[in-house]
Parts: sequence; C-alpha cells; structure tokens
Amino acid sequence: MRYACLAFVMMVWASLSNAMVIENQRSYEGSGDQVLRILSTADLEVFEPYILAFQERRPELSVDYTVVSSAELYRAIRQGAAFDLALSSAMDLQFRLANDGFAQSYRSDATAALPAWARWRDLIFGFTAEPAVVVLSTDRLDGLEIPSTRQELINLLRENPDVFGGAVGTYDVRESGLGYLYATQESRATDAYWRLTEVMGRLDPQLYCCSGEMIDDVRAGRLALAYNVLGSYAAERIARYSGGRVKILRMQDFSNVILRTAIVPKAAQQPEAAGAMIDMLADLGLREKPGNWHLPPLIAAEMGRASSFGPIRLGPALMVYLDPLNRRAFLAEWEDSMEQP
Amino acid sequence: MIVTGSIGRRLTYLLAGVAALLSVLSWWMVSELAGEAAERTQDNVLAASATAIAETLRSEQGEVRLELPYSAFSMLGSIGEDKVFYRVTADAGLLTGYADLPAISAPPAMGQVVFDTGSFGEETIRMATVSRVVLAGAEPVPVTVTVAQTRNGVAQISAGLSRLAAIFSVAFFMLAAVLSAIAARKSLKPLNEIAAAVSRRGPSDLRPVERDTPEELVPLMASLNSLMERLGQSIRRSEDFIAEAAHRVRTPLATVRTQADIALRSVGDETQQQRLRAMIRAVDESSRSAGQLLDHAAVAYRTDDLARLPINLADLAKQTAAALDASAAMKDISLSLETEPVQVTGDPVLLENALRNVLDNAIKYSPEDTEVKIRLTKTAEDARISITDQGPGLGDGPARALTERFRRGNNTQGIVGSGLGLTIVEDVVSAHGGQVDLKTRDGGNGACVTLVLPL
Repeated sequence: MRYACLAFVMMVWASLSNAMVIENQRSYEGSGDQVLRILSTADLEVFEPYILAFQERRPELSVDYTVVSSAELYRAIRQGAAFDLALSSAMDLQFRLANDGFAQSYRSDATAALPAWARWRDLIFGFTAEPAVVVLSTDRLDGLEIPSTRQELINLLRENPDVFGGAVGTYDVRESGLGYLYATQESRATDAYWRLTEVMGRLDPQLYCCSGEMIDDVRAGRLALAYNVLGSYAAERIARYSGGRVKILRMQDFSNVILRTAIVPKAAQQPEAAGAMIDMLADLGLREKPGNWHLPPLIAAEMGRASSFGPIRLGPALMVYLDPLNRRAFLAEWEDSMEQP
Repeated sequence: MIVTGSIGRRLTYLLAGVAALLSVLSWWMVSELAGEAAERTQDNVLAASATAIAETLRSEQGEVRLELPYSAFSMLGSIGEDKVFYRVTADAGLLTGYADLPAISAPPAMGQVVFDTGSFGEETIRMATVSRVVLAGAEPVPVTVTVAQTRNGVAQISAGLSRLAAIFSVAFFMLAAVLSAIAARKSLKPLNEIAAAVSRRGPSDLRPVERDTPEELVPLMASLNSLMERLGQSIRRSEDFIAEAAHRVRTPLATVRTQADIALRSVGDETQQQRLRAMIRAVDESSRSAGQLLDHAAVAYRTDDLARLPINLADLAKQTAAALDASAAMKDISLSLETEPVQVTGDPVLLENALRNVLDNAIKYSPEDTEVKIRLTKTAEDARISITDQGPGLGDGPARALTERFRRGNNTQGIVGSGLGLTIVEDVVSAHGGQVDLKTRDGGNGACVTLVLPL
C-alpha cells in the first residue's frame, strides 16, 4: 500500500514535471503514417516555409511542429520527450544535450559539407548564423546620432535619459536562454558590456522573454531601443510590417553571432526523417544567396570569421556559463547592474 | 645432382622478410608512440584545465566558491571534438558538475594531478583530478576537481598517425624488397662469374682457376683447384703409364718380329710360313697400336705446351707420304701428292703425327691396287690437307663420333684397329685451332678426311 501510494505520488510528480509550456503547435498532414515531431524555439511563422519546403521533398511525412522556449526544450529533451528533431538557437543548451549523450549521431553528405565550425561530432549541426542586433525606433530617436559602437551607445543613453528612461528593452537573462547566452558571451568578449548594463539599469529597463515582443514594442513606439535582439527575427518582422519606423543596427566593435542548431534526440523515433530535415536545413544553410527564407544562411558568418563577427564556437567552453555556480554568480552581477533602485 | 632453391632467391626472400618484419615493427612502434603522445597531450590539457579550475577556488563567507574559467573549457576543445565532463567536490559533497562521474581510484596528494581512465555513459573517458585545501571560515576543506574528456580526439590523432606510419612502412618495405633483390644479385655476382669462367673452359683445361675470389668462396675454389690438380696428375700418370706400357711392349715386339722374319726365311714348309706370316701381321698390328698409344700420349703431352714453329706443309706432306710409301706398296696402293707451298705455324712433330695417322688409316682401309690422294690447298684463311681413298667410306654412323677415343666405324669388321687414329688427328688439329672434316665420298665409295688449319 505504501509502495502504491509512493508510486502514485511519483507519477503525479513526473507528469507535472514533464508538462511543457507550449507556446505554439501545429500539425502538417502528409500522405503517409509517419510523423516527424519537431521541437523548436523558432516561431511558427518563421519556420513554416521550411516545413512546407520539406513536405515538398517528402510528401509522405506528416510534420508536428511544437514551439517552446529554449529552456523548456532543453528540459524536455533531457527528460526523454519523444521528439525526432530539436531546433534551438540556444547553442549552449544544445551543446550540453549533445555532450551529455542526449543526441544521436547523424552523418550524411549534406552534414559533411557543413564547415567544421558549424557542426560538432556528427551530433549537432548549425544551419543558420544569426547576429545579435540593436533595434531602434527612428521616431523616438529623431535628431539623435545613431550609435555604431557600444561606447557611442553608452554615451547616447547617458546623455539622453529623457528619451530612453523606461524605453530600453533587453532580454531578461534569467528567463531567456538565448538572452543569457548573448549576455555571457558578450561579457566575455567586451568589457563595455557591464558598463552598458549599468547604464541601462539606471534607465528603468524593460525586460523581455523573447525577441518578437521587443521588436513589436519598438515598432509600436513603446520602446526607443531594444538591445541584443536576434537579428533574423528583427529583419523578418520589419520586412513584414515595414514602415520605416524601425531601424536595425549591428554594433561595429563586436557582435555576437549564434548558430541555430539541430540535434536528433536520443529518444527520436524517426531518425531517418529527422536526418532528411537536417539535410535540407544544412543545404539551405550553405546557400549562397539569402533567397526568400526568413533565417540567414551560414555564409553570413563565414564572411565575418576573419573579423570579430565570428559565430560563437561550438565547443565545451559553451558549458562554462551553464554551470550552476557560474550562472548564479553571473545572474547576481547582472541583477546588481540591471535592477538599480 | 639435386637442384634446390636458388641462393639468390632465398637471399632476396630472406632480406625482404627481414624488411617486412622491420616494417611491421616500426609501424607498430610509431603507432604506439603516436597513441602515447596523443594521450599525454590530452593528459596535459586535462591537467591544465583541472588546475585552472582549482586555482579559482576561494572562500566566501565561510563557503567554498569557484568560478569555472572559460579558458579551462575552451582549451579542452583544442584536441578534437570530445565530450567534456567535470566535477568539483568539497568535503565529499558535490559542489558542481556531474555527480555520477566515476570516482577516482586513489585520492591524489594535495596539489598533484592524478590521471585515471574510466567509462561514463557508453564512452571511455580520461580523467584528471587535482585536490586543494580551501580555508572556508576556520575549517580547512579539501576540494577535489575532476575534469574528464572522451578519447575520440586521441583515437583520431593516433589512427591518423598510424595510417601515415603504415603508408611509410609499406613504402619502406617495397624499397627494401627491391634493394634486397639488387643486393642478392650483387653478392652472388662473383660466384656467377667464377661459374661462368669454369664452364667456359675447354674440356682438357685443368689449370687452376685464378680469379678474384671472395673470402667465402676461397675454400670452394681451393678444393676445386686441388681437385683439378689431382685430376690432372692422375691423367698424366695414366698417360705416362700407357706410354711406358706401350714402349715396353713395343721393344720386345720388335725383337719378336725380327726373330719371326728370320724364321720365315729359314723354314720351307708352306704351312709354317703361313703361320709365321700371320704372326708377323699380328705383331705388326700390336706394334702399330702401341705406337698409336705412344702417339696419343705424346699428343696429350705436347698440346699442353704447344710449339709455335713455322712449318712448310708441302714438305711435311712429302716426308710423311714417303715414310708410308713402303706399307702402301705392300698393298699396291699408289700415293699421289698434289701440293702448293703453304706455311703454317705449329708443332711439326704433332702435325706429322696427325697426317701419318690419316694416311695410315687410308692405306689400311683401302682395297689393294687403289689410289690414295693427298691434296694440299690454301684459301684466304686456312690451309687444307685432304686425304681421299677408295675404301669403304666412314659407314652410316655420325662422322664426328669417329674422333672419340676407341670409337671405330660400323663397317670396319675384319680390319684390326685401335680406334685411336682419328682421336689423335682431332686432338692435334684442334690444338692448332683448326678442325677435321670427315666425309664419305659421293657414291659411298671412299672417305675424304680434310684437316683444316688456320694460317
């Protein structure tokens, strides 16, 4: 009896902990019985063209597309959720999954064609290179000089508290895996990061979970500036609602480039179909021209490799900031800077 | 003679075998060393990483704190694409990292790095562990930092080097095999040269072999030379013996003949005369054979050290014919001589001997009342003496075989002979660098023997 009770409690606990916070989900019916289940951090409207293109190649496959946050994705795959493909922009979490043995290896001509920096051990494959950008509202910045480096941005924020007070947005790094990755990599790459955080902290910053909302708020005029926005999303949203009121800015001193990566989880039931999808994404990642796709190709990062615009390296160093002690220390410092009374 | 495998081939295989063994050995050694070197490199990187982490350990408000340095992990990506695991324990409690990483077998001494190999998940890992004591408040807390990495990079590096070493080893072996073949041929060259020199020799050349001889062949050459010397001595001894025997037989035979001659003249009885004549013929024949044996011995002796004197062949032919005129006359055989002046160099005694034997044969085998022709001619290169008779010819057998010792034609029944005559002729003529032509005349009637001597 006691064991039955214990078992019941454990089951409830398990189902609770397994419950995923799903942001969006859609099924794309194919002609056959096979279903390719994709867990992704990319918004549906961004990724839908890829799914449709994939179904043109493989019409027999149904595709089940679930959008979650990168942290949710990490947790779900670690717990062995039954997905065939996990696509995430949080390189560090994806890397940790691969490192800890939650990914299957996959190898094909298409993945072999990827540059060495865009794959790791046939376990994890980068298929887009997306820079972090600053998004500005041209209305709110009317008459001010557009900054091109962090130092200029710091000066601009310092000198115009009336313009930027309560109107600066950035990721809440405690919530957003991508925001945390950007912040940690940037703190490592440039000492201007902490000064910028200090300055933003004095301006009553608005903290966001996702790039989309930040861009929407800039477009609506609620924000004058959003810092560290996923560039591809900004471009995509501006293309959609262009009105000239939003400007995308890439910092010239240093700019993070993340790789959106794919892994085939250990628990995948359709590894072959997942491999076919990875092949298509790898092919698209190596395309020479941007084309009509929402996500930029790897070639953008290739050109930046010589300068300081190289992509964040896929390697064990990504795990450093995932360590709980390091995370605690980093978040404490970030909170001290960002949340000033 | 039982022919076993060639020494050259055996030597080549042996050398190539040694080269193959060395190739495999060197490949194995290089592979092992490459693996070892790659492992040590990984160990060093792991040690550096663990040490770098340990150096960030500090105490804050009575608690052990650390911050994983970025470089500690980024350096681990330098060897290859290996998975990385780590664990930091303070006072036996987990501070951070992978709790289920295998425990190290022996606790390291403070400040020293200990390496261990274990397995984690499905993979083999190499672990480096370093310990440090951190003062947390007043308590000294032992802290252990373990950094582990899978070994794919190491395996890849050593596999790559091993492949490279294999290619070099194969190339080395092929070069060595070619060189082995060359070396074997080179080292057997003196042996082949000596063999060729010995086999080029004439049949009666028993001089010692005087050549540059490699050390290993000296015993063989010494034995060969001593064998030849003994053989030569033995031949000389038996020839001396034959000559001596012939000489000793001839003298009493001459006495017997003289006595028989006297007896023949003094008896009147026809039957006894017949018997005595038969006896005289037999004695003549024996004496002739003994003479030929002596001639043969003389030829064998003189050809070893041939005289080189100018000879007027026409005079020689005339004298020889004159010497045999008497025995020709006994059978009513006329000797006709047709000469032109020809001069050759050589040993007159031997040449006279040869010519006498040919003429003697011709007279012996010619029927009574016939003619034996001696013709001496000259061409641009040689002198030819041909003796033609009207006898039964040389028979059906091969003409050349008749120059072999004690060989007689197959049509000589009823005629006594030793089978040495043509052998002597052949020996003399070939010692002078010439040759003997044997022909049966057209129509099967009569033989023609031609001695061809170079001018």
